[in-house]
Amino acid sequence: MKFPERWLREFCDPLLSAEELGERLTMAGLELESLEPAAPPFTGVVTARILSAEPHPNADKLRVCQVDVGGEAPLQIVCGAPNARVGIVVPCALVGAQLPGGLAIKRAKLRGVESQGMLCSARELGLSEDHSGLLELDPALPVGADVRQVLELDEAVFDVSLTPNRADCLSILGIAREVSALTEAPLHPPRIDPIAATLDAVRPIQLAAPEACPRYLGRVIRGVDAKRSTPEWMRRRLERSGVRAIHLLVDITNYVMLELGQPLHAFDEAKLQGGITVRWAQSDETLPLLNEQRVTLAPDVLVIADEGGPLAMAGIMGGEGSGITLDTTDVFLESAFFSPSAVAGRARRYGFVSEASHRFERGVDPELPRRALERATALVLELAGGAAGPINEAVAPQHLPRRDPIRLRPEKVPAVLGIPLAPERVVSLLRRDFLEVQETQGTIIAQVPSWRFDLALEEDLIEEVARLHGYDEIPALTPLAPMAPLPVPETERTNAEVRARLVLRDYHEVITYAFIDEALERELLANTAPILLANPIARNMNAMRSSLWPGLLQALQTNRKRQQARVRLFELGRCFLRDESAGATVAGFAQPLRLAALAAGPAVAEQWRASPRPVDFYDLKGDLEALLAPLTPRFEPAPHPALHPGRSARVLLEGQAIGWIGELHPEWVQRLELGTAPQLFELALEAIRQRPVPRYLPVSRQPVVQRDLAFVVDANVPAQALLDALHDESPAWVRQITLFDVYQGQGIGPGKRSLAFRFTLQHDEHTLTDDEIEDLLQRFRARLEASFSARLRQ
Amino acid sequence: MIDPDGLVEAARQAFAAATDPADLERAKARFLGKAGAVTEALKSLANLPLDERKRAGAAINRAKAQIETLLEEAREALARRRLEAQLAAQALDVTLPGRNGSVGGLHPVTRTLERVEALFRSMGFSSVDGPEIETDWHNFTALNTPADHPARSMHDTFYLQGRDDVVLRTHTSPVQIRAMLEHTARHREAASMPDLRVIVPGRVYRVDSDATHSPMFHQLEGLWVGRDVAFAHLKGIIAAFLRAFFETEALAVRFRPSFFPFTEPSAEIDVRFTSGALEGRWLEIAGCGMVHPQVLRNGGFDPESVRGFAFGMGLDRLTMLRYGINDLRLFFESDLRFLAQFR
Repeated sequence: MKFPERWLREFCDPLLSAEELGERLTMAGLELESLEPAAPPFTGVVTARILSAEPHPNADKLRVCQVDVGGEAPLQIVCGAPNARVGIVVPCALVGAQLPGGLAIKRAKLRGVESQGMLCSARELGLSEDHSGLLELDPALPVGADVRQVLELDEAVFDVSLTPNRADCLSILGIAREVSALTEAPLHPPRIDPIAATLDAVRPIQLAAPEACPRYLGRVIRGVDAKRSTPEWMRRRLERSGVRAIHLLVDITNYVMLELGQPLHAFDEAKLQGGITVRWAQSDETLPLLNEQRVTLAPDVLVIADEGGPLAMAGIMGGEGSGITLDTTDVFLESAFFSPSAVAGRARRYGFVSEASHRFERGVDPELPRRALERATALVLELAGGAAGPINEAVAPQHLPRRDPIRLRPEKVPAVLGIPLAPERVVSLLRRDFLEVQETQGTIIAQVPSWRFDLALEEDLIEEVARLHGYDEIPALTPLAPMAPLPVPETERTNAEVRARLVLRDYHEVITYAFIDEALERELLANTAPILLANPIARNMNAMRSSLWPGLLQALQTNRKRQQARVRLFELGRCFLRDESAGATVAGFAQPLRLAALAAGPAVAEQWRASPRPVDFYDLKGDLEALLAPLTPRFEPAPHPALHPGRSARVLLEGQAIGWIGELHPEWVQRLELGTAPQLFELALEAIRQRPVPRYLPVSRQPVVQRDLAFVVDANVPAQALLDALHDESPAWVRQITLFDVYQGQGIGPGKRSLAFRFTLQHDEHTLTDDEIEDLLQRFRARLEASFSARLRQ
Repeated sequence: MIDPDGLVEAARQAFAAATDPADLERAKARFLGKAGAVTEALKSLANLPLDERKRAGAAINRAKAQIETLLEEAREALARRRLEAQLAAQALDVTLPGRNGSVGGLHPVTRTLERVEALFRSMGFSSVDGPEIETDWHNFTALNTPADHPARSMHDTFYLQGRDDVVLRTHTSPVQIRAMLEHTARHREAASMPDLRVIVPGRVYRVDSDATHSPMFHQLEGLWVGRDVAFAHLKGIIAAFLRAFFETEALAVRFRPSFFPFTEPSAEIDVRFTSGALEGRWLEIAGCGMVHPQVLRNGGFDPESVRGFAFGMGLDRLTMLRYGINDLRLFFESDLRFLAQFR
């Protein structure tokens, strides 16, 4: 809501500067967005009359003007504006003037002709974007007057941001009421007298949807002159309120809307056929609107219709066919109450908002239409002439908004706000706010004025009390509450602990968008039914991710472009999958939290005496194992669409699949132009957050024995299979089996591989004998020979 | 005549001159060996009268003992020198860089999140979580924002294809409803309902993108429902949190009336730093208010017996203020040159 200071002060004029007033409004919930003079600062510009305008001797487009600025002799000024002509009064920047943007006016020669100043357009003075010619002022103005004074350019313009509940402040009158409530300065609403009819003309009105439009007033005015120009004072107030002046009749309806808050509509009376009906639209009715949009109306759109069909979307926008033009002589003025629910959301659905719909969907005072219509009539008769018929009002009182009295228990105010506040103070604050308040038997009963749509509950009144009392007056108190520990479950790692492990293993955390390119979902992740956004912000951000990998790969691309060779990233975030099972928090979707990591480039940061090598599968696997320790995951070879088929594994924890690890598929390395293949893993966060509580076991005092054995097996036998068999053969005193060497090559035959294990042995109760140890190693040999044709490497 | 003192002095010099053990042993032989000076001196006493022989003998024996002590000292000194030389040879350049010393870092928003969680936890708020694809009911309707409510235009909402009953949550407030419903269901049988005190950090989505708006960003929701909760406590908690978060007392906090469909009274919270790099104008930092009675009802509470307050703030904004970051988009670009500044 934008408005000029003087308009407001006409209705309520507290003893506060504009800045102080802005601060008060802000602290009452009407946030001041800006407070600026109507024009940017400039000096040295006066009114001037052009006495003569002769062609420039050396330039076709320039003219040499003699200009009266009220001095002893006229000034000679060279000017290129097309409208420079004898007799008009325009702003003239004198030599020494400072214009907006830092332009200083000096005596100059233009193409050999002396120029003693500059005649200005509206844009040159920062008044508007109009640069089509000189700004033509009222020819009756005296010459030589300071333009800032003449045009009241130092007037402050407020721009206040209103929350959706305060539609009652969408007018000068509304703001003035608020200022009066805040400052106790008296309110001077405009005096509005009924206009007596001088015509009999009446257009019948029928309320066919009284629940949506319980009140509709219309009035015929004949013989107006729509071509008359809008007076300067009205034009100025409209423009300073951010409303473009269009032509007189439209300007009057806009002026009354800004002044009182009542949106009005003016129809061209000559284009109407028969009576007015306010009804729901019928399916497939269409209407060309004033904004040149042609809409197909839905049955929940309220329309103003005549016998020929819909004329306007009620409370939203008028139709093109029945609108007034400069040739209009007879007007039908509409002033109505449309219920918020009948207007809400409709305009947005058709892709626009209007000043009217913005107000009606938030709530316009149902008692306002008659006063607004009288006010508009008076302005039309005064400024455009004509004769008015009587007001025709149709009303369905049972459908007007009900304003039931609100009961306020005075003790509830201090309980909610936390400060003592006497009932007398509560009552006086509510009265300042235009509520009719009665106190009976310790209870406050308040009647809310018709313009307040936001006050219905006890809590609403408490907010009004707090607002007018001042939020600043409520202290910041430390609450008292019973001390009780919050749970610290030791069997659950926190997200912070999970993240900290990866940070210490040299990974940087990233946060990437949850929406990615649908193509990546379909092609990289082989998701045949991606979850798509109806209104994505960009075409390549239209699908909800089912994996964190696409985001990490894009992050890798970003860093590759910035010459980062070694990139190690992780993300912890939600993924989104279709899930028709009954347990989903939001039906149809699983939204698991996952943890994913990516490593690319050199395995270790560049350092002395370390030979560089690219990070590989086992580096990442080691990071994953460290992340999960003491949990020990297992890895089984399995194909994943995004991964190298020979370097990809499913990660299992206690038999449950919890994620994937592998090297990006070479096709994707190429397609994403990554150079070298990144290693990736992704895990279900829920699974890796679990952690056992340690259980102490007595430490054995017996000596520790170590034995090494190396077995030669076919190269395709997985190490895990050997380890599983060895563990299976192990009594409790085999403390540890470590795979410490892998060899392939000379001496063991083609297609074979040697795996060397170190066994750490320690009995709880006695020193192990050579026989016991030899017997164990023999069993190991026999088992591996039987199961894998393993032979001992000599 | 033999000079025992001269003998000791000669031995001292001889031992000191020895540079290795063999040298020292040779020097020892010269004094203490079978043909050494001490032996020779004792032999030379044979011709002396008894008295004199006794006296001179004792003097020579004293000298011998002194020489033996000197020898021991010399041996130790030699061993020490050898060790020192060996250690000197093993010295490292301790200024060469260590190995594999690089570590990663948390995303700055996570850093903020972890501090915020710790601060609120210290005040008895536990942290809860909720879905990001959210039902329209939880995100809007249960929070007093039915379809077509003008307040919906404050949130530019992402919708999914083929499902008009869900949205990408536009704020963390729907988790208020989930937390209240869960709490009231769990304690339905309790003699008196315990207070509910939670924070909800999380990612939220709005159709908006420029230097100060991201289509995905982070919010922190807080909720306290209990019997004795008042607006003044909300002010107290928020002011205490903000001063603890920014680690400064030079912070003015003001509450300004505002409107949210799910709180009544409602307020915007502005902060102004009164010293330091951020000193200057009021900065909008959060929205808050007393939970609307209808919202309490939607969460299973009886608004006649409890009250609540709720607040929501931007974690990204807190992070930007804390670390002096001026462009929101940096958070989502994953540029290591940016991320590496937060370790």
